[in-house]
Amino acid sequence: MEEKIKKEFEFTSSPHFHSKYSTGTVMWIVNLSLIPAVISGVIFFGLYQLVIIFTSIFFAILTEAIIQKILKQKITITDGSAFLTGLLLALTLPPNFSLSATAIGAVFAIAIGKQIFGGLGFNIFNPALAGRAFLQAAFPVEITTWTAPNYSVQSVSSATPLAAFKYDKVLTELKPLVVGNIGGCIGETSALAILVGGIFLIAIGIVNYRIPLAMIIGLFLFGGVFHLIDVTKFPPPSFHLFAGGFMLGAFYMATDYVTSPYTPKGMWIFGLGISLFIVIIRLFGGVPEGVMYSILLMNSFVPLINRYTIPKPFGMKE
Amino acid sequence: MLKLISKKTFKGGVHPKEFKELTEHKVLEKFPEPDELVIPLSQHSGKDAIPLVKKNDKVKVGTLIAKEDGFISAPIHSPICGTVTSITKTFTFAGIQKSSIILKKDGLDEKDFLPPLDFETVSSEEIISRVKEAGIVGLGGAAFPTYVKLIPPPDKKIDMIILNACECEPYLTRDYRLVVERTEDLIKGLKLIMRASKVQRGIIGIEDNKQEAIELLKEHLVNHSEIELVVLKTKYPQGAEKMLIKAATGREVPPGKLPLDVGVIVQNVGTAISIFDAVVNGIPSIYAYLTVSGLGINEPKNLIVPIGTSIEDVIEYCGGMKENVRRIVIGGPMMGYAQFDLSTPITKAVSGILFLTDEELEVFPETNCLRCGMCVSVCPLNLTPVRLVRLIQNKRFEEAAILNVALCMECGTCAYSCPASIPLVQWLRLGKKWVFQNRFN
Repeated sequence: MEEKIKKEFEFTSSPHFHSKYSTGTVMWIVNLSLIPAVISGVIFFGLYQLVIIFTSIFFAILTEAIIQKILKQKITITDGSAFLTGLLLALTLPPNFSLSATAIGAVFAIAIGKQIFGGLGFNIFNPALAGRAFLQAAFPVEITTWTAPNYSVQSVSSATPLAAFKYDKVLTELKPLVVGNIGGCIGETSALAILVGGIFLIAIGIVNYRIPLAMIIGLFLFGGVFHLIDVTKFPPPSFHLFAGGFMLGAFYMATDYVTSPYTPKGMWIFGLGISLFIVIIRLFGGVPEGVMYSILLMNSFVPLINRYTIPKPFGMKE
Repeated sequence: MLKLISKKTFKGGVHPKEFKELTEHKVLEKFPEPDELVIPLSQHSGKDAIPLVKKNDKVKVGTLIAKEDGFISAPIHSPICGTVTSITKTFTFAGIQKSSIILKKDGLDEKDFLPPLDFETVSSEEIISRVKEAGIVGLGGAAFPTYVKLIPPPDKKIDMIILNACECEPYLTRDYRLVVERTEDLIKGLKLIMRASKVQRGIIGIEDNKQEAIELLKEHLVNHSEIELVVLKTKYPQGAEKMLIKAATGREVPPGKLPLDVGVIVQNVGTAISIFDAVVNGIPSIYAYLTVSGLGINEPKNLIVPIGTSIEDVIEYCGGMKENVRRIVIGGPMMGYAQFDLSTPITKAVSGILFLTDEELEVFPETNCLRCGMCVSVCPLNLTPVRLVRLIQNKRFEEAAILNVALCMECGTCAYSCPASIPLVQWLRLGKKWVFQNRFN
């Protein structure tokens, strides 16, 4: 008995239980949930896309490690967040995109998009989209050079459905938009593949349903109004929903923990705001696609949104 | 799906693994009297009791050994027949040093109980004075002197007593066992509370993971139309007063107010049983009903333990603990207190002793806050831990006070959910401490 008394026990404060989710597990589960999107990219655009994805992830992780080493911080590349940034960036690039440009994008995403603000949890803008925006500015031609997909039903198009509509008023049918045998970015063409991963994340409680739902509602609301105003000039909201980067944006980019609001009301405002900008850019902007800019724009409002949407405590009257 | 939506509950909360299967079928066992008991004078919230005995005094089972000090306090009785060996300072399970009366068993079995009262004819005043005399405190955790709760201020109109049978903490099954084993006594206990507070309506709130108890209650309640059984969704912290009231009645207790302010008194199952025993059998509050569980104890059990028994004695009775015990917790795993000393005595409101191992204790390294908002969506009180904690970390206490940090009940839901494993509850406690010290309004 004497010995047992001497044994030391952990003396910690409540709660003594913790859920099974840690930063690392959450990030790696999100990475895993992107497998269908990666597969769809390979099916429609060929195995070479894996090389782009690998390059992007490799440089993202390398950049994070080097910066943390230089700043004498704890190296956290195993938490899956740099991996996720690299993966998401690659999925938003056009098929057969230059590897050196991919690497530059990944370095920018981590160095300027994330680490310069202080690393995980402190960045204002979604790092993958920050990298993507940099590439858009630096390589405007390459990043809009599309490859015709395998199993394509349409004879013409290597052009994306959004570009086809914007410049030629050609409305792509819904079925290929959902399946993904259309022109577009590596991981963005198949709405189905992204939905599988996205709904899985919502079901297991990692992603909150509010932002994707708000974005979809907003898209139907704002897109629908314009469609009703002029049916020939403006596409139906269902086209907006499945075309371009909306799905990946709604389920993976806008829901990035760090750069989205943490209050329930804020999430609704954030999602609706993104969709408003998407509709405006797609219908009236100079470029066919607006998901990236819309999310980045709304990212910058997040601190403000959080501040003004703090929920009322339980039982407090309005 | 329809079932999910229609079930009564509150907003937020979590559902940790229950581990109730370890003890839910174990009948409450009467613990053998230990040779020595350490009875802290602080077994309740409020002022410590004042000792009435001195060294070498003889006491019997039920002898009054310390009297209450003022309005919010409670008397203490001896759970064994024996001698006072000393009055000395010891640690309570909350880690505070308090005076304790040390008793030594003499092997006799003489009782010094209060006179039994007749259930049918006992009056409101008699019940209240008995509850006070018997030293009954709330056994849900806070150990608030029960008689105080039974006398609402005259300007508060109470129309409902809620009996809290939720037992939402993982592992704990003592309330469940009390419901199953003493269903009729429990209902009578509730009726005594209703009579004491002159309230016509009673509600028993229970989580839907306790099917056997629900069936039994339904059977027994057939003859008691004034008592309603409300089955609630199994979710932590369903048993928190505010959450229970909201789920069972739809009423919301405003910030800084009490259940009294919405016409409700909540009492725990253990408390109702103690009241029944005190009134009908004359037994003062000298036993703790508790669950001994966790993967680190050889024989998990539900026990009726004399107050003052040490953790060590309980371990021995339960077949010893395993080598891999990492943490010993008094209470539940969400709000309980870790223990560092096995001689710590069990007091009235102890509901469980848990022996936790690596298998149960998930520990992740703390990372930067991801601002994911999980803490916001699970907080049952609708607070914003992510923001509060950031303010507190930067010593911006006043802003945290404005955002109602003082309302936090430390249920641990946020820290449980936090992927970054930030010790949110500790930070929030720091913020609360500042608010109370500075009497910030």
